[in-house]
Amino acid sequence: MNKNLKEQVLRSSGVNVLKCMRCGKCSATCPSYDEMEYHPHQFVYMVEKGDIETLMKSESIYKCLTCFACVDRCPRGVEPARVVEAVRLAAVRQQGGNRLEPSDIPALLDEDLPQQAIVTAMRKYAK
Amino acid sequence: MIAVSADADGSEKICRGNTAVSRQKGFAMETFTYYPGCTLRTKAKELDTYARASAQALGIALEEPADWQCCGGAYTTAKDEIATKLSAVRVLNSAKEAGQPLITVCSACHNVIKQTEYDITRDEEMASKVNNYLGLAEPYTGGTKVYHYLEMLRDVVGFDKLKEKVVNPFTGRKIAAYYGCLLLRPAKALAMDDPENPTIIEDFIRAIGGTPVIYAQRNECCGGYITMEDKAQAQKRSGSVMSSAEDMGAEMVITACPLCLYNLKKNSGSDLPVYYFTELLAEALGLKEASNE
Ligand code: SF4
Ligand code: SF4
Ligand code: SF4
Ligand code: SF4
Repeated sequence: MNKNLKEQVLRSSGVNVLKCMRCGKCSATCPSYDEMEYHPHQFVYMVEKGDIETLMKSESIYKCLTCFACVDRCPRGVEPARVVEAVRLAAVRQQGGNRLEPSDIPALLDEDLPQQAIVTAMRKYAK
Repeated sequence: MIAVSADADGSEKICRGNTAVSRQKGFAMETFTYYPGCTLRTKAKELDTYARASAQALGIALEEPADWQCCGGAYTTAKDEIATKLSAVRVLNSAKEAGQPLITVCSACHNVIKQTEYDITRDEEMASKVNNYLGLAEPYTGGTKVYHYLEMLRDVVGFDKLKEKVVNPFTGRKIAAYYGCLLLRPAKALAMDDPENPTIIEDFIRAIGGTPVIYAQRNECCGGYITMEDKAQAQKRSGSVMSSAEDMGAEMVITACPLCLYNLKKNSGSDLPVYYFTELLAEALGLKEASNE
């Protein structure tokens, strides 16, 4: 367990992971459930345990859609999406941690793709 | 960064808008600071053109601040992200300085700006960091009232009043409202409608004479930006939204979000037509041809 990383994720997310009662509702409602190796309730639990590096290495951090379903539907107000965001930021902020580079964009464009998709993806996947 | 540059066509429309504003000031015209956002200037011009034409016909003046920047499309919930929140604070402050409420049409802009407003009024540390960066004449600590265009129709114009102005009603048309995620959630910050049983777009559909279709996926995400990262996932999500609407007998789907429109049209594999709600509004008000000239 990496204490500094845990501190950083807790501070950055502003989430109190101890409020979680492990009901799994966040994962049940998550539209990316099938694509994720670790699910929203596991993010909360693993951050509590300080097992952040495993999450940072997992593809799951790029699968969250920031749809806030888990935030509004958690009966304890834990706001798991904030934890996912904080872990993803910890990963993309690392040297060479960008998931998406501006030079990758041209290959992803088509004539109808809205600017919104590009700016949002850059915000989520790059620093 | 995406540069914000109005093309010749767009700036002409703003000028026309402004003349209308000055002509009608002093009458019962409500004036809003209007934040179009980057996509409404480019891929989603229809969303913008029809919104402007319809507002004018409904007695609502939209004034666009000169210096707005793209909001970034997604609110960063992280407390240690400050720079990514600045453009939303700038436009909130422009509205405050103009003494006007702020209005947006794009679901994503609306989401970013309302979450920023929510946090800056409650999180003192964030507010002080943001203001240290911005160095405004007077620090911005909240207070601007933010409307989505649909809220303006409901709360300022009123759906009853709107109904009276309809000249081309969508009688007998079965229309599915697609909320997606960013119009409604997080509900405590957006405070627009009940996040699990929303009615605002269905009420809009009734006001323009149509029949709303309720379907399970109307407030679940279409996949959003994941289309850039994992096309298959975007196809699965948007396909599920469209087949849910089709199963309930919808003839068309309407949305307020350019990225929803893209996903539902390009990634869903469905042929069901998808439109911006502003296009139906302009058509109902008899403005569609005029605003395309
Ligand atoms: S819904 Fe909330 S309380 Fe339940 S597991 Fe998820 S985070 Fe924990
Ligand atoms: S915000 Fe992310 S983690 Fe939460 S439900 Fe949506 S996709 Fe899943
Ligand atoms: S949400 Fe969209 S359209 Fe709105 S400014 Fe931001 S990215 Fe651009
Ligand atoms: S584009 Fe999808 S991700 Fe965005 S608001 Fe629309 S539903 Fe949500």
